Parts: sequence; structure tokens; C-alpha cells
Amino acid sequence: MSDGIGARVKRKEDKRFLLGKGKYTDDIRVENQSYGAFVRSPHAHARIKGIDASAALAMDGVIAVHTGPELKADGIGDIITGWAITSKNGEAMKIGAWSPLATEKVRYVGDSVAIVIAETQALARLAAEAVEVDYEVLAPAVATGKAMNPGQPLVHDEIANNMCFDWEVGDEAKTDAGLAGAAHITEISLINNRLSPNAIEPRSAIAVYDDAEDHYTLYSTSQNPHVARLVLSAFYNVAPEHKLRVIAPDVGGGFGSKIYIYPEEITCLWASMKTGRSVRWTAERSESFMTDAHARDHVTSAKIGFDSDGKIVGFKVDTIANIGAYASLFATATPTYLYGTLLSGQYEMPAIYCNVKAVYTNTVPVDAYRGAGRPEATYVVERIMEKAAREMNMDVAELRRKNFIRAFPYQTEVLLAYDAGDFDAVLNMAQEAADVAGFPARKAEAASRGKMRGLGYSCFIEACGLAPSAAAGSLGSGVGLWESAEVRVNPVGTIEILTGAHSHGQGHETTFAQLAADRFGIPIDNVAIVHGDTDKVQFGMGTYGSRSGPVGMSAVMKALDKVEAKVKKIVAHSLEAAEDDIVIEGGEAKIAGTDKKMAWHEIGLAAYMAHNLPEGMEPGLKETSFFDPVNFSFPSGCFICEVEIDPETGVTQIVQFVAADDFGTIINPMIVEGQVHGGVTQGIGQALMEGVVYDDDGQLLTGSYMDYTMPRADDVPSYTIGHGCTPSPNNPLGLKGCGEAGAIGSPVAVINAIVDAIGTDVEMPATPSRVWAAIQSSAMPQAAE
Amino acid sequence: MTNVSMTVNGKAVNRDIPDTTLLSEFLREELRLTGTHVGCDTSQCGACVVHVDGKAVKACTALAVSLEGSAVTTVEGVANGDMHPMQTAFNEHHGLQCGFCTPGMIMTGIDMVNRYKAAGKKLDEAAIRDELEGNICRCTGYHNIVKAIEDAAAKM
Repeated sequence: MSDGIGARVKRKEDKRFLLGKGKYTDDIRVENQSYGAFVRSPHAHARIKGIDASAALAMDGVIAVHTGPELKADGIGDIITGWAITSKNGEAMKIGAWSPLATEKVRYVGDSVAIVIAETQALARLAAEAVEVDYEVLAPAVATGKAMNPGQPLVHDEIANNMCFDWEVGDEAKTDAGLAGAAHITEISLINNRLSPNAIEPRSAIAVYDDAEDHYTLYSTSQNPHVARLVLSAFYNVAPEHKLRVIAPDVGGGFGSKIYIYPEEITCLWASMKTGRSVRWTAERSESFMTDAHARDHVTSAKIGFDSDGKIVGFKVDTIANIGAYASLFATATPTYLYGTLLSGQYEMPAIYCNVKAVYTNTVPVDAYRGAGRPEATYVVERIMEKAAREMNMDVAELRRKNFIRAFPYQTEVLLAYDAGDFDAVLNMAQEAADVAGFPARKAEAASRGKMRGLGYSCFIEACGLAPSAAAGSLGSGVGLWESAEVRVNPVGTIEILTGAHSHGQGHETTFAQLAADRFGIPIDNVAIVHGDTDKVQFGMGTYGSRSGPVGMSAVMKALDKVEAKVKKIVAHSLEAAEDDIVIEGGEAKIAGTDKKMAWHEIGLAAYMAHNLPEGMEPGLKETSFFDPVNFSFPSGCFICEVEIDPETGVTQIVQFVAADDFGTIINPMIVEGQVHGGVTQGIGQALMEGVVYDDDGQLLTGSYMDYTMPRADDVPSYTIGHGCTPSPNNPLGLKGCGEAGAIGSPVAVINAIVDAIGTDVEMPATPSRVWAAIQSSAMPQAAE
Repeated sequence: MTNVSMTVNGKAVNRDIPDTTLLSEFLREELRLTGTHVGCDTSQCGACVVHVDGKAVKACTALAVSLEGSAVTTVEGVANGDMHPMQTAFNEHHGLQCGFCTPGMIMTGIDMVNRYKAAGKKLDEAAIRDELEGNICRCTGYHNIVKAIEDAAAKM
């Protein structure tokens, strides 16, 4: 079957994008529209003493200016966090109130204070500048590593030491005992640099209130429109769910940043009701940098112990995680259950202990971004493994092999139980593809040109397919993390698949259709995928955490099972045969061993005509399924990065990058490889050039593409991709999820390669100046000598 | 307000617009050609690239009133029939994911192929990567965009 599972099917959705006919939120026009612009705090930390909107309101064409107390008076709720974390002393995490529009204090540069609504976008923005806010400027807490120190300014007056929680996982006593008996101990201190997600489509919202129906419609750049509707309804009290429709049309990339329900959507919806006008808002890039949830931002120290044979005996990690000014939706889960639980990596570790202190700072909220916690975990594990190998004079791959987990299922010391993997296979595949054997010759050749070459590995594992609902609930999740699907066979035999997952670049309109094409042998063009509209699609949880495959497609498979079972009953009845004898292939249902058959469109028609159905069968051919996984899925892989560094300039060139992944079953290799290319590039960005910088006053210094370096085409190489395959035993197709692996595994491979080349540690982003300085300092003679 | 006349995708257009109107705003808001995307406010991302009198221009850097009498081509206007060879190549090589940067990539790709052909220079991988300096993609890692442009160059 050319369109089936495993085929490199070209994307069905491409044409509209290529012709410029995609429909993104900002492309949509509605009746009676007006434009919103937000008045934002220029200070990292200040008390609001007064707001004077008179000058703005006097401008011709300004419709209204609204502020936080008005929302509060109308019962609009504070913004929630969706995952409850318990500190190691048993106390609940401390949550600071987050009003959609600030009422008493502003807590980061960009915090929203008021909305101005006007007849044109230009006027709304001008008028926003005319709103005068009287601020009492306060000292801010900015640096991750210092925020909990005594005497630091308090982001939320009632939260001592700016501490959201002090969480632990693993067994500290057992780990200390293991480390005490170690033959060798390696220690490392790391910073996981703060990032800005930077989907190229800025966030956008259009709110439409219909007073005749008392009904709201929100067009939104969302990865999860049903979750948005639920939260807007149940927690922000904008409208009950049946009076609120959320449409996430074409969305221009998300990477996590479009999971969350931000102040702007809430405010635009409420303002639409208040003004009787449709209200639209689209972020400028500078607003994206200021207000889209940032990522990573960990300060970590770690210690690992080995016995005399090089086997790990204990691993201890201490991390301070910056969650910004407010706890965003997944902000508390990211540095805990998506981080500490991955610290066993691909290795047998008999004792692990991890402590994470999450701190508030006067910076924009930090939340999940491609990989979310798992890149941070991988960075710690794989940096310290290579450092340890060098200290013990061992080959970096050999030390890994010595400690690989080889028997599955494997229960780690940090909650997770890995279901499947073959770490040797992907490591061998990557080594062969990277011609590791030929590296010494390449290094010597580079040295003859005055260049430094290095090879770095990353052997990583992720927990994806978020998530088994009961397990997530027991760990503090405020939602279930199943996915839904509906398969509708039309009377003419074409198929619509409605999924609760959302595609914002992942190619669902193609890969989800491949499932039906594969199952029934019908052309892929006869299958349509419907998603992103709460009025069309049953409740679903959306797309993040590499879940569309392992969870979303599994729901489709279950619904297809039900359709297939009903089809067999209808055909057996029509052709007077036994159900067990019916075979479905090539778009037909046949009685095995005979020439009796029904074409797919005849089956559809029979189901809806209902003239001759089995006794008691309901007419129609439409099935729904909800799939809740029994475990996470565990994609794993081995990345090898080779760099060449010019010691005169510190410029790092990535000369080859090999990514060998084990995603289990692959539906469309073309799309999976595209996910890896993109993820690896984001990881290279983190390793070499990306980094959000706030100054000591909490001013955002990296507020545009002039200051925040995005990877360009000439910063990255063409990639070599390999696929291993140990299918996940926990879903019908054996899928593991491929969306995040690239970003999880790549930063540390790059940094390890640089460390290998220059012989000394360097922090991310390893900019030319940092690399040059590291080379200079390590080359400098010691003072005592 | 200033009156401006230009040709957009082969059609004559005439509008009274504020002097401050950017070409990107003119195309999107006045003409409702929303294929030209705006991804930044500093002329870095390249999602808004169009052709003005045959040359690639970032539509967010040009004032519409300054283009009196110009011929503008947007992503909506490059296909002659089904799809332009550059558009076909992007589909063939999976050169797009979310699609947001894609119009700018298509217009930049066509422009670089035309320039290299006119100059008799070979457009190899290194040259394509260098030429893409002004276009940011967050999804594809550029791998397949480079392949698509290389392929289209052979077919244009």
C-alpha cells in the first residue's frame, strides 16, 4: 500500500501553504472588528499607584481602555498552573497570584497592565503609549542562582525566599552511601541557558462576542484548543464551555509556547463582550520575546560515582530552576517530573537523588519548550558521563556501554519504568554513520591546518507520549492526558478523522490519513483530517510532549478497529458469509477465497441506507475512541556531533551531525526525519548561539532578532539520520513519538564535541568569544609554575 | 493619505493609503493577500519577502507609497498553472512544516536561482545556505529547504 504505514507520503497540506493560501489567525477577518494593544510594564518590578487613560481615551478612534480591577470585578479568574508539586517537607507549592491584567504589582518587563481598543492597529498601539501608569519602582530579583538568597526582593510579597517548591526524587541516603563507596567521583557545575521558543508566527487572538446568543468565539494560535476552552471556562470564568468556541486554525509553529492560555486571550474575550466589538490582537516580535513563556534556565551541580570497574554507583543532582514571575501552566511539572525522572539516562544507576528548588524571579514565566525538562536532564547526564570518562581515561563510548541498560522493562530509581530500547544498536549505528574510526585521521588533518576537531556524543532517553492519566494524576497533574478520535465513514465511502491532537507543522493531515489508507486500502486523498475547532471535534488534549503519535494515533487506531468490526458485520450480513471470513484490503471487503466482495463506497452506502443491516444494528458508520496510555513511551537515541574550531577566532563549525533515533514504529519517515532536522537545529541553537539575557535591573536585553541569535541556514550542516526500532509495547502501533528528540539530544552532543576539541569546559551558548576565552584560559600557564 | 498605483501579481491596483503603510500591511490589509507573512519587527525573519520589479524585497521594510508604478509579485502570484517549480520542489523535499516562513523561502529561493542563473554561477549547497541568511525557519532545520532549492534550481 503506497500510502500506508511506513511510506514516504508527500504532505497533503502543503499546497495551501505553498500557494500562500494558508489561514493563520492573523489572516482571518471578522465582522465588527477592532484592534487591541496592551499597555505593558517597562519595569521588572513595580507597584502600580495609578493609571490615567484620559489622554488615550481622548484620541479619535479609541474605543475603550480597560484595566485589571475591571476584570476582577467581573469575576475573571487568575491564571492557573496545571500541576501541583509537593515540597520534600510535605508542603504544597507556593503559587503567586497572576491576574490577566496586573492589579497591584507588575512582576516582569512586559507584564500586561491594560488593554486599549481602537479602530486600527496603529491607533491602538499609539494610544497604548499614551496611557500613563504611575509606578513605584521596586528592586527586582533576577538571577536564577540568587533569587532564594536572604535579602533578595520578593516577587510575591507573601512567598518567602521566592521559593515555589523544594522538591526531591530518589533516595538521598542510598545515593550518599553509594557515592561514599565510589572508586572515582566526577563533579560538574552547569547552567542550562534560558531560551525563547520563537515560533515564527507570533501569537495572535481574535475574540468575537455574539450578544444575541451570549456566545463567544476565539480564534487563537493554540496547540490545544479544547484545553484552552476548558481553562477559559472553568478557571477564568469567561463563559461556560457550551457558550465558547475555540478555533486554532493554521498555526505557525508552537514548540510548547502555544500550549498556554495567556493574559491576551482572556482579556480580548472579556473586552469583546464589554465593548460589543470583535477584538483582535497580534503580537509584534518584541512582544513575543517579552511575553511568550521562556524555557530551560537551570543552575545545576551534580556528582556521579563509579566503582573500580567503571560501573555507576550513585548520581546526585542539585538544581535551581527559574520559573519566572508567575507559575505558568506546565511550569511546575517541567523541572520536576519531566526532569528528575529522566536522570537515569540510558544507564543502570543503583542510586539516584535529585533536589530541585524552583524560584520566582522578575522575568517572564518559564515553561515547557520542545523537550521540556528532558533536554536539561540529558545535558546533566551526558556532560558528566563524558567528563567522567576523560577523568578515568576511558573511551567515552565504552563508559556508556559499560553502564547501558539491556534488560527491559527496567525500573529506574526515579519513578519511570522503561519499556523497550536497544541502546547498543543506536550507538553502533551512529558510530558507523559518523565514521568514528576515521576521526583520529580527520583530527590530525585539521590540526595540520591549525584547527581543533572534536567529537561529542549524546546517548539519551525521553519519556514521551504524555501521558498515562492515572499516573499523571497521582503525580499532581490537573488533567487527564488521553487523546480522542472519531472516524466517520461517509455514505460515499470517503473518511473523515476528527482528532483532538493539533497540527502546527507536524503533518497530521498526512500521517493520520495514512492510518486509514493503510487499514482499508483506500487512497489517501479519500481521507480528510479535521482538527483545531472545538465545535467540530470532540474533546481532546492537543499536541505537545511528542504525544500525537503514541496517544493521538492510538485513539485513531482504536476507532478504526471499531469501524472495521462494524464493516465486517455489515458485509457478512449482506453477502451471507461469516464475519471471520471477511478480509478488507484494496478498498474492498471480500469473502476470503471467493470473488464475492463489496467496494468501500457500497459499504458506506449500505450503512447509511440501512435497508439491510443485521438485526439490531444501528445505522451509520461512525466510531469514537478515547485512548489513555498505560505508560509513557521512551524514545531513545544516539547523536554524534563533530566540530572544527578555529582557535584564532573561537568560531565553531559543525562539520557533521549524525542522529540515530529509536522512535519505535515510524508512520512516515520523511516527516519523522523533518522533525529530527528541526529539533536538532533548535538544540544546536541552544548550544552555540541562543540565550535570553536580562540585565541586573530585569531589563530584557535580547528582545529582538537583532539581539537573540537564531540559527540560520549557514550555521548548521546537512544531517545524517538513522532509525533503530524497538516498538513500544504500550500502544497499538508501537509508536514512541519523535517531536522532541532532536532538541533533547543535540545540545549536549555539540558541547561535548567542543570540550573534546579544546580540552576544557565551556558553557552554553558556546559563542565564539566564550570558546576563544576558554581556549586562552586553558592554554595559559599556571601562576605557580 | 496618498494615492498609490502599482501592479500586484499582474493586476493594476490603486489605493489611498496612509503614508506610513508598509508594503506588507498594504498587501495583507488592503489587498487581502495574506500569503505574505510578518514574523518580526526588525526585518530579520524574511517571512514577508516579495519581488519588487523582479528583485527580492522584505515587504516590511518598504513603504507602499514609495513603490508608485512598481510591479510586485507575491507568493500568490508565482505559480503559472498549478505550482511554480520552487513550490513543487518544497513539497517533493518536505521543505516546509508549519508553513509560516514558507512564502518568504519560496520568494527568496526563486530570486536566488534567477540571480545565479543570470550570473552564470553555480548554486550549490554552501551558496544556498549563505543566500538564506535573511530567512529564518524554526521548524525544518533548513536541511530540506536547501535540498528543495537545489532541486528547483535544476528545473527552473
